[in-house]
Amino acid sequence: MHELGIVFYIIRDVKQAAESNNVSKVSAVVMNIGEVSTVVPEYLTDCWRWAADKEPLLKGSELKIIPVPAVTHCQDCGKEYETVRYGKTCPYCSSGNTFLLQGNEIEIKEIEVPNN
Amino acid sequence: MEQIKIIEIKKSVFAENDKDADALRQELKSRGVFLLNLMSAPGSGKTTTLIKTINLLKDMLRIAVMEADIDSDVDAVKIKEATGIQSIQLHTGGMCHLDAEMTRQGLDNLDLKDVDLVILENVGNLVCPAEFDTGSACNAMILSVPEGHDKPLKYPLMFSVCDLVVINKMDVAPYFDFDLDKCKEYIHMRNPKARVIPICAKTGEGVESFAEWLQKQVIDWKN
Repeated sequence: MHELGIVFYIIRDVKQAAESNNVSKVSAVVMNIGEVSTVVPEYLTDCWRWAADKEPLLKGSELKIIPVPAVTHCQDCGKEYETVRYGKTCPYCSSGNTFLLQGNEIEIKEIEVPNN
Repeated sequence: MEQIKIIEIKKSVFAENDKDADALRQELKSRGVFLLNLMSAPGSGKTTTLIKTINLLKDMLRIAVMEADIDSDVDAVKIKEATGIQSIQLHTGGMCHLDAEMTRQGLDNLDLKDVDLVILENVGNLVCPAEFDTGSACNAMILSVPEGHDKPLKYPLMFSVCDLVVINKMDVAPYFDFDLDKCKEYIHMRNPKARVIPICAKTGEGVESFAEWLQKQVIDWKN
């Protein structure tokens, strides 16, 4: 639901990066999107199509999404487990003393620009 | 030959907003203005709670309100009529949340010279506003009884970013099988430090506790 707001952030950051690298055309933007980042990849790419095509720098560019699996670490038994399957409670020792190691990323990994 | 050149960025999309939010927070701190970001689902009673709270505090603190909604100005008008304080409406233009830049634009439309406390009533939504730092000194939320005591488990991020959870509509708890102890337990599972204050905005019960908490936050911020 907040994907459009995030797309505007991506566009702003990519414009900045393009300017500091003297780039006038971007063909793709590659994103790391965590499994529990609250972003729905399909919504993000739909919003991207709508918003990016309004920018000369980004017109026709592709938003590529690399999913990042969510992994939680248990501070009591030291084990790691799949966040989406077990949530906040450790499946090995039932402790709630756990934290997310990875999986909440909404990160611009890189941009691809035509080489000419 | 490779037709594509890759430029590495490696940057969270929230980095800029977090920077803007920190700058805004610093600026408000130096001007002695406390910004409360109040969040909740639609219909939890934010506006009613604010009217009661503002009426308790307005002789002690100089207060202004920013109402953020997708459309209409019913909330800003209601606040102004019921309390007489400075109140403006922000339209998010379809967006489900406010960020630091939008908050700053809203603040630019308020006369902050003689204001101690600005309350930002964020868009009614338990998901998106939790992701975006507005630059507030403090986040608070209202959960209302009809929503159910299991909400902290369903919307963990919202509960984990809030310093205070106000539980509203306590007068109807028996009709909704709402378990306050369970609710507190779930909130503290997600956020051990959260303060929980049960109220009923309609009857005014408990609103004093919320007002006292808020007044203390403002005084601490200004010192």
